[in-house]
Amino acid sequence: MVENRPLLTLVAHLTLLLGVLVVLFPVWIVLVTSTQEPGEVLTAPIPMWFGSNAVAVYREVLGAGLEAAGGVPVALMMMNSLIMAVGIAVGKIAISLLSAFAIVYFRFPGRMLCFWTIFVTLMLPVEVRILPTYEVVADLGLLDSYVGLTLPLIASATATFLFRQFFLTVPDELAEAARVDGAGPMRFFFDILLPLSRTNIAALFVILFIYGWNQYLWPLLITTDEAYYTIVMGIQRMLTVADAEPQWPQIAAVTMLALLPPVAVVVFMQRLFVKGLVEVEK
Amino acid sequence: MERRVVYRQRWLPYLLLLPQLAITLVFFIWPASQALWQSLLMEDPFGLATQFVGLRNFARLLADPEYLNSLKVTAIFSSAVAFSGLLIALVLAAMVDFGLRAAGIGQLYKTLLVWPYAVAPVLAGVLWLFMFSPAIGILAWLLGQMGYEWNHQLNGGQALFLVIVAATWKQISYNFLFFLAGMQAIPRSLLEAAAIDGAGPVKRFVTIVFPLLSPTSFFLLVVNLVYAFFDTFGIVHAITDGGPAQATSILVYKVFRDGFIALDLGSSAAQSVILMAIVITLTFLQFRYIERRVQYA
Repeated sequence: MVENRPLLTLVAHLTLLLGVLVVLFPVWIVLVTSTQEPGEVLTAPIPMWFGSNAVAVYREVLGAGLEAAGGVPVALMMMNSLIMAVGIAVGKIAISLLSAFAIVYFRFPGRMLCFWTIFVTLMLPVEVRILPTYEVVADLGLLDSYVGLTLPLIASATATFLFRQFFLTVPDELAEAARVDGAGPMRFFFDILLPLSRTNIAALFVILFIYGWNQYLWPLLITTDEAYYTIVMGIQRMLTVADAEPQWPQIAAVTMLALLPPVAVVVFMQRLFVKGLVEVEK
Repeated sequence: MERRVVYRQRWLPYLLLLPQLAITLVFFIWPASQALWQSLLMEDPFGLATQFVGLRNFARLLADPEYLNSLKVTAIFSSAVAFSGLLIALVLAAMVDFGLRAAGIGQLYKTLLVWPYAVAPVLAGVLWLFMFSPAIGILAWLLGQMGYEWNHQLNGGQALFLVIVAATWKQISYNFLFFLAGMQAIPRSLLEAAAIDGAGPVKRFVTIVFPLLSPTSFFLLVVNLVYAFFDTFGIVHAITDGGPAQATSILVYKVFRDGFIALDLGSSAAQSVILMAIVITLTFLQFRYIERRVQYA
């Protein structure tokens, strides 16, 4: 603090409290709604404090799902989301580590071409090549499969660049020493480079887990079999049905279940999360 | 920056690059070139014959009032999301930076403000739907009590407002983190010197903090535009379905709709190509920022 100004400090606190309130209020409403009896939330104003039906609502959506929306158990959707998120995070990190290693530690014809090919992926988010990518995945027979959900999303220029930047800061002496001791490139990669990259890998994992869990358009396109629905895209089904016969407590419960895992990751691993976020954008 | 120590294996580097390159070629480069090619073709209504039409798909798009409307909606939507998201985040970050820097309470505020980053855009939409639903929404009800009829299912302007609020709500956390990091990188001595010279907190913010933040602001502006253009698909798709009467039909939503539901392949491909041009422009702007930042540092 540069100087002491009680009035301004008060204003700062009030503004921040207002901000926090606006950020938290919708989640509070949804959390409270998820614990109500169906009859309590038919018309506004709805209750602002917890109801007594929480156990029943959460047991219903987790075990049986929403009957009107096809009755896919939300526990299954969460499992699919978890598989997709972890698959994307691990896959992206693995192939990016390998290609960054190749680009930094080797000299070979076509090196710059490879670099630019990877770079181009930055400019082609799923949203701009929806239809042809769908056709490729369909031709490969990957619709309605975990491979189809993860594989097309694991190429990542940002992760490759992040590891490239990091490898460039590793002192040359380490590679030299490893060579003198008779270690080949892969030995050096696994025994020295990987352990050094631990923090970067962890930070990136946090960001990529959130990215994978929150995918919406891609699972929406390539899954028609309910067994492969993810929770973030599955909620849309429940909303469309809700137009006819609103089941607000259930929808609220599914919303809470869908946002809890990634939010928990951010709150409990905040340091890694901030590091990952800032590094990725460098 | 180049390595002095390099390995000289002949095949190993290609093997290492293979997974990344294979996925990039199959799922990125090939589909993108397909989109480019298809944008130059037109199918007859039954999908039986295809002919090369040059740039006719683009000409047709730019003469299509629905597409022009979508451009307009996207312009309003993305500038509103970027502007309000940046402004609110800047104010909040300045407040944390002003007085609460050393204290643990600053960290607490930070934790309370950053977690929406992890909420999927579609879920942000659902959260705000609970607030604004004509049936049960608390805010819709309050507005009704004050004599203002709220029904975003019928009123296009209200629907657009709803998706803007949801999209902004999610993005504040991200902007806040970067603004705060930018402010905390400003040397204390600079602000103390200004304070001794008699500059109050507001003057210091306007003359020192904000100008020094301009690279951060520019970078965030580009990121926010990319976010508003592409990542907000879920909000529109799940909450308003582009309606009512296409009032919230942003470009990404329209590509999806024309390609998957209306099955107008040529038009959808042409729209993809236009979107690609937009991403490429924004990416280049972002990289110019990085170069600049290196010069200043």
